[in-house]
Amino acid sequence: MIEQPEPLHDVLARRDSIVAGLRRLLPESGVIAEPLRLKPYETDGLSAYRQTPMAVVLPETTEQVAAIMAFCSSEGVRVVPRGAGTSLSGGALPMEDAVVVGLMRMNRILDIDYADRCAVVQAGVTNIGITQAVSARQFFYAPDPSSQLACMIGGNVNMNSGGAHCLRYGVTANNLLGLKIVTVDGQIVDIGGAHLDAAGLDWLGLLTGSEGQLAIVTEVTVRILRSPEGARAMLAAFKSNEIAGACVDSIISSGIIPVALEFMDRPAIHACEAFAHAGYPLDAEAMLIIEVEGSVAEQDDLLGRISAICARHDPISLKVAESAEQSAAIWKGRKGAFGAVGRISPDYLCMDGTIPTSQLPAVLRRIGEMSASYGLQVANIFHAGDGNLHPLIMFDANDPSSFHKAEAFGADILKLCVEVGGCLTGEHGVGVEKRDLMGVQFTEIELDQQRRLKSAFDPGWLLNANKVFPLTAALRAA
Amino acid sequence: MQTNFTADQLRDPDTASSNQILRTCVHCGFCTATCPTFLLLGDELDSPRGRIYLIKDMLESGRDATEEVVRHVDRCLSCLSCMTTCPSGVNYMHLVDHARTHIEATYVRPWHDRALRRVLATVLPRPGLMRMALLAARLARPFAGLLPRGPLVFKRLHAMLRMTPANLPANAAVAPQVFRPIGPRRGRVALLAGCAQQVLDPAINDATIRLLTRMGIEVVVAKGAGCCGALAHHMGKHDPAMDAARANIAAWSGELDGEGLDAIIVNASGCGTTVKDYGFMFRAERGVWPKQAARIAELALDISEYLLRIGYAASRPAADLTVAYHSACSLQHGQKITEAPKTLLRQAGFKIVEPAEAHICCGSAGTYNILQPDIADQLRARKLGNLAATGADLIAAGNIGCMTQLAGEALPIVHTVELLDWMAGGPAPKKLKMPALAAD
Ligand SMILES: Cc1cc2nc3c(=O)[nH]c(=O)nc-3n(C[C@H](O)[C@H](O)[C@H](O)COP(=O)(O)OP(=O)(O)OC[C@H]3O[C@@H](n4cnc5c(N)ncnc54)[C@H](O)[C@@H]3O)c2cc1C
Ligand code: SF4
Ligand code: SF4
Repeated sequence: MIEQPEPLHDVLARRDSIVAGLRRLLPESGVIAEPLRLKPYETDGLSAYRQTPMAVVLPETTEQVAAIMAFCSSEGVRVVPRGAGTSLSGGALPMEDAVVVGLMRMNRILDIDYADRCAVVQAGVTNIGITQAVSARQFFYAPDPSSQLACMIGGNVNMNSGGAHCLRYGVTANNLLGLKIVTVDGQIVDIGGAHLDAAGLDWLGLLTGSEGQLAIVTEVTVRILRSPEGARAMLAAFKSNEIAGACVDSIISSGIIPVALEFMDRPAIHACEAFAHAGYPLDAEAMLIIEVEGSVAEQDDLLGRISAICARHDPISLKVAESAEQSAAIWKGRKGAFGAVGRISPDYLCMDGTIPTSQLPAVLRRIGEMSASYGLQVANIFHAGDGNLHPLIMFDANDPSSFHKAEAFGADILKLCVEVGGCLTGEHGVGVEKRDLMGVQFTEIELDQQRRLKSAFDPGWLLNANKVFPLTAALRAA
Repeated sequence: MQTNFTADQLRDPDTASSNQILRTCVHCGFCTATCPTFLLLGDELDSPRGRIYLIKDMLESGRDATEEVVRHVDRCLSCLSCMTTCPSGVNYMHLVDHARTHIEATYVRPWHDRALRRVLATVLPRPGLMRMALLAARLARPFAGLLPRGPLVFKRLHAMLRMTPANLPANAAVAPQVFRPIGPRRGRVALLAGCAQQVLDPAINDATIRLLTRMGIEVVVAKGAGCCGALAHHMGKHDPAMDAARANIAAWSGELDGEGLDAIIVNASGCGTTVKDYGFMFRAERGVWPKQAARIAELALDISEYLLRIGYAASRPAADLTVAYHSACSLQHGQKITEAPKTLLRQAGFKIVEPAEAHICCGSAGTYNILQPDIADQLRARKLGNLAATGADLIAAGNIGCMTQLAGEALPIVHTVELLDWMAGGPAPKKLKMPALAAD
């Protein structure tokens, strides 16, 4: 189990009065403090790490969030923000002495402005909820994490989440215009707005990807885009991971940027096919999903050029989707991929390193070798176009030694990513999972600068103190 | 997901099955997004993932069920939307069934809750009692306004009274018998004549029998078959559910081994989900039961599946009506039947439209609209709004529960099979109240 900061004992001792104070701020169903009902909040998408919090609160308005924050900071109580709890790096893992602030009741779309192409939504609106709200007018919100059905925009902002189509449209940071935040002491602040590039420091850039370390996000203004004229996906099947990796590099270095370029290896193909029935090539060792957009003529042209590149890599098969339903099934499989791996293994750790695409073949070979030496299977599913790897290490959580091996294997993969010129996290964030590996990427001086930045927003280190930065002596002793 | 059961606990077949289910869940949270109660209540505890976690904790600890867990499990509609969404294939249905049985065995509900559940479990599966109860309720309806609104007990009474149809159809329960096909016999099926549906809306069985016999199918309503057991099953009442199921299995096995059956036809999809699960329900029973039950479950088909298989054709000119197809949860999530009813309705000449949020439950969910009136009302209003927005002339659905829940508003609602029968030569459904169209 991951090391947590030492709980603040005076806070634990005042538990009852703190809970009573929270109850004064919210309606009855908005405060959860009974041990049995706290249990389901002890973890997120990384269920290997668990800790029940002291209480959970479910505010419905920015003002309630502000009241909660003012109360918690005056009482010296730690806070863990939570969206949908789909983080794969343990971003929403509670602490024993913390209040979890769950934003899922703040799920309203506040304003849609088609002329200025933006939408204002509360932090608990799901990623896909934004697209659904504007799709009737042929608009969409571009970043599409595979978890888009469930994950919430506040979580996306804090993790700077990416997705398959970010190759073309950029990640969350490239699609944000403004935020409403509540600071640790309960002030409500507006940042940015309906237009790009507000005056002054780039606060928006600073807050995006800040993993709940700096403030609580309650509203988000996102850019919405016109839906493309059309899109088509194709499947390319190959004889080995390395060949598929080399093909990715050829496509990218040819200068063609498909809207999405996704990689799956054999175990992933089989698990996803069982879920989505998308006609994935079951005879392949590796497969690429490649999607292009535009008019039919543009699509044909791009698919033709991409097929020609694939053909140079000895493919087993190349198949272009023939209907919108087929494309949808192809994406259903890809987006359900991590969950689908649950069909072949009870547990997995999902890694999230980034590497230069030229290193793909070599890194995939090394991962294969490590898998053999650790004796743990790996399924590779990832955003190949931007070199964002997601090796899923399969293990059995009911067997502690298997979990420890998986953790060590994961750390080796991430170190390998840094070694070949990449970095620790592509899009899932540092959370608790990669917290203790931050030293591999950053020097102590760099880490201290980042800690100072956090202190400027959160002097008492009340927000998400168990994440992102290796624990300092002060947090250990509390 | 990690689980924590002792070897001793795992010797119990129900626990072993639940352990397997829990281990399949990877805690990804996808299912939360399509859960009606999570959408309304915004609390992990009222989401599938939260319930799975509560149930896991309850079963692992071996504790008796407590109010905290019961509250959230009771709010589950058993709509199984979570199973459609889950990429990992988690069988939430069997897990929540196990939890409900555990709750029924170890938790003492407040007296009024217990009493109501006993009444529902006794009355609904018995057409005779149900009819009497509805007659009594009709007498009570004018006095509904006198009941206080606040406490749950009264809200539930209001909900029950609202469900009673303004005009109770004449007693038209189908007696056990064989309906001969018109023309040469192409097949032979048993029809689950059902319980509550027969009382609330006998026109559904009539249309089914007319349509099938006209298509050359012999229809048997087997002696001894009755309620499928779902009503008791969903309330965690294991023994009555098994007794009801056993009676059906025995009755249909008799027909199967006698003159033979091509299928067992279910026209209330809530029941269909349960009949198709008989194999699992009887897996640990003694003697011939597991095998018999599995055989019956295999034969069970929704009426729409069967009609598509034998080839439906309309004989009347199209009626130029736009039908909003309401996909009952038990059809789309429980049995994964999504296209068959729409295909058939199109073959019958109707224009089909679908409401937004088609995957979200209407709040009927068996006895849910009586037991959880607040949530059920919100879901009903949401569904009716989405249906009205389609601009359709009428609604078609394949489940009596949904039909009762959504009845009484601007749009008439009929069973899919009534429309199919009409267009193949049967009478126009009375519920349409369209004199010009109803004329034969
Ligand atoms: C199956 C699966 C597939 C995934 N695929 C992708 C993918 O393709 N791309 C990708 O980028 N990610 C992916 N993820 C990871 C995850 O979905 C994202 O990190 C997502 O943005 C988390 O959103 P959430 O609402 O669940 O937030 P949580 O998990 O609840 O929280 C995430 C972090 O943000 C903080 N936080 C949440 N809301 C707020 C707020 N309003 N204010 C301040 N801090 C807040 C939390 O404290 C935590 O540190 C996947 C996860 C799963 C389970
Ligand atoms: S979608 Fe399936 S695997 Fe994911 S949390 Fe829900 S039940 Fe578990
Ligand atoms: S069955 Fe329906 S109500 Fe129950 S947890 Fe699943 S989605 Fe939610």
